[in-house]
Amino acid sequence: MAQKRKRLPNLDRVNPVDETGVNERVARFCTRSIKNDSKHTALKLVLSMIDLTTLEGQDTPGKVKQLCQKAIHLHDNLPGLPTVAAVCVYPNMVGIAKQALMGYGINVASVATAFPSGMSSRDIKLEETRNAVADGADEIDMVISRGAFLAGEYAYVFDEIAAVKEACGKAHLKVILETGELVTLDRVKKASVLAIQAGADFIKTSTGKIQPAATMQVTLIMLQTIREHYYATGEKVGMKPAGGISTSKLAIHYLVMLRETLGDEWMTPDLFRFGASSLANDVLMQLQRQADGLYQSPDYFSKD
Amino acid sequence: MSDAHNTLKFDTGWQYAPAPESTDHVRIDKKYGLFINGKFTAPSQGKYFTTSNPATQERLSRIAIAGKSDVNRAVKAARKAYENVWSKMPARERAKYIFRIARGLQERAREFSVIETMDGGKPIRESRDVDIPLAAAHFFYYAGWADKLEYAFPGAGVKSLGVAGQIVPWNFPLLMAAWKIAPALACGNTVVLKPAETTSLTALKLAELIQDIGLPPGVVNIVTGAGATGAALVDHPDVNKIAFTGSTAVGRSIMHSIAGTEKKYTLELGGKAANIIFADAPVDQAVEGVVNAIFFNQGHVCCAGSRLLVQESVADELIHKLKERMHTLILGNPLDKNTDIGAINSRAQLDKINSYLKIGKNEGGNMFQAPCTLPSKGYWCPPTIFTDMAQSNRLVQEEIFGPVLAIQTFRTAAEAVTKANNTPYGLSGGVWTDKGSKIFKVTSALKAGVVWANTFNKFDPTSPFGGYKESGIGREGGAHGLSAYLAMEVNHGR
Repeated sequence: MAQKRKRLPNLDRVNPVDETGVNERVARFCTRSIKNDSKHTALKLVLSMIDLTTLEGQDTPGKVKQLCQKAIHLHDNLPGLPTVAAVCVYPNMVGIAKQALMGYGINVASVATAFPSGMSSRDIKLEETRNAVADGADEIDMVISRGAFLAGEYAYVFDEIAAVKEACGKAHLKVILETGELVTLDRVKKASVLAIQAGADFIKTSTGKIQPAATMQVTLIMLQTIREHYYATGEKVGMKPAGGISTSKLAIHYLVMLRETLGDEWMTPDLFRFGASSLANDVLMQLQRQADGLYQSPDYFSKD
Repeated sequence: MSDAHNTLKFDTGWQYAPAPESTDHVRIDKKYGLFINGKFTAPSQGKYFTTSNPATQERLSRIAIAGKSDVNRAVKAARKAYENVWSKMPARERAKYIFRIARGLQERAREFSVIETMDGGKPIRESRDVDIPLAAAHFFYYAGWADKLEYAFPGAGVKSLGVAGQIVPWNFPLLMAAWKIAPALACGNTVVLKPAETTSLTALKLAELIQDIGLPPGVVNIVTGAGATGAALVDHPDVNKIAFTGSTAVGRSIMHSIAGTEKKYTLELGGKAANIIFADAPVDQAVEGVVNAIFFNQGHVCCAGSRLLVQESVADELIHKLKERMHTLILGNPLDKNTDIGAINSRAQLDKINSYLKIGKNEGGNMFQAPCTLPSKGYWCPPTIFTDMAQSNRLVQEEIFGPVLAIQTFRTAAEAVTKANNTPYGLSGGVWTDKGSKIFKVTSALKAGVVWANTFNKFDPTSPFGGYKESGIGREGGAHGLSAYLAMEVNHGR
């Protein structure tokens, strides 16, 4: 489906964004009161949308294996839980994660393209992508060259995304815009249009290494851009806010925003993910409270 | 992108469970008398009317009907309090009382919000986030002015007027009472207020609050009833000032009755505001602006953006997005925290709105309504838009006071301005464009008292509000709002 796109869009014609209006809309999503059954459904949906992530220089094979166990067994005290959608690691951990998750229907996502800065040559980025896919990555989370984008070299960024998409083969491509470095919502919108046209399967806010990471404001702009693309073509592009979403309450605000912007068909891990490391345990804590009416100590939930 | 018409699905998946605000903490008496001279007293003719919840049609309370003699008692009490207490009190002391009202409203905000929603049908989200906080803000703001009036009008020699008769509408019952009472008291006047017939409860709760904070008796009096009560107040010879918010027809009859008297007056009347959206506007935010402009408070807003003028090149895209957005508006129990669209205030108003829906269809308009299930009891109208409307249509010219939007397209800015100004009204307007210079050019060409740029229906006590033409006379709010309650010894043309 990405083949149909691949045309450098005219970013000067992208409709402008008014930040005050965006803030107001976001505030309104946050006033939705989600209770009882709808909260329960939402919490389980959040779990199923998580890309459980570890992206540290000190990651070890042991840590990655344990994280994969967590992905499979979120909290066995609570029956009927889903698994997370994917485990997200550095390229050199892909093989280990792949083996640990074999047969459980959980994807392995790998960051690539000189994550998190993207400051490398295109050849190296493509090679890294191919290697990660060869090692078994089902999904590739690439970063865009923010320097080139900010300098207005849109064609360079476009070609790079398109090339990485090609290098992905069957693997799904998530394109990280690193919105914290784009600064304005107008640029977030332009970068979203660019990434979608260049072939992104998902667009993603952040690496988690730059502050601010995901905010509801940038996520809304990206969701609206996905919506415009859908209105025009019928194609469904996915969305992944990443970094800074660590509480159930905030995650549910995101789901409200998703539902009211893109509707029911996007309420699936196939089209929406949370890039998060500590969110899962907060959600589990809420589900446990719904089950037995008490908040448990954090020590009752495994930290991986 | 403009002929993109793929649609999204909003009603097949995850829905929000009911989240009703509790009413346990709210006390509504079975019967309310008239608040005169600091006490609730029975009406002289012993007559009461029923006030009910428009969302359920359940009776909430019985409210006294004030006759001429009751209004006379109220005005006398206000005059006595003016002569003996309020006009003699140091301004700084007056301010303390007004501050106390403001704080009292904040402390009891939840109770006031719930009652406002039960009595008027508006969503709790709006009474909680807009009506009640803004009412408190108006008291805070004008309390601050009380001892600084000479600085607002330097050298003018400002003096209070005396007794102010104030008549407020049903769409923002407590907020409109605050708009009227706060500046009147700050300027040293005393007040007789008549709330609207269908929504008297929060004014009566305000009377209780006024008792609790120890405002001297007679400074604020509240007389309830219908049009005849209002007329008795307007016609009373000892009233120095009439402040009215309501329909243009009633405003006109008020002007007739006070012609030739020395009564000062301010009238805040109807409107038929146009929201103008240019092709270079932030479209997604503009869609939200249109929703806030016409569906806020079910369109029961005198400054509602009930007309939409959209530049032809973005019209398709914008209307498509607006329709999709309307799918996500939640209509239902006004006490539910997730409700966006509450009940229509009364049977009479619903009948009026429905008659306009017929008119719009007969005029050849293309009607679209948000697909929502209407509750079986109560008065409801789904959010409605009409496309393909023309300037000569009644739907474009006449105030409906409901969730009904008339959409027209335009090509040039000059055409948009001409159409926007081409109604008997001139209360408000909106302009949407990313270009700063265009904002200044177009807003200055609009003959409307309030014009918003890239937003709509924003209110603040510091900002004056009022209309041109048949939308009224005088300004409320801000420093301008003070002059409506003051006499100037030296007239500087204000």
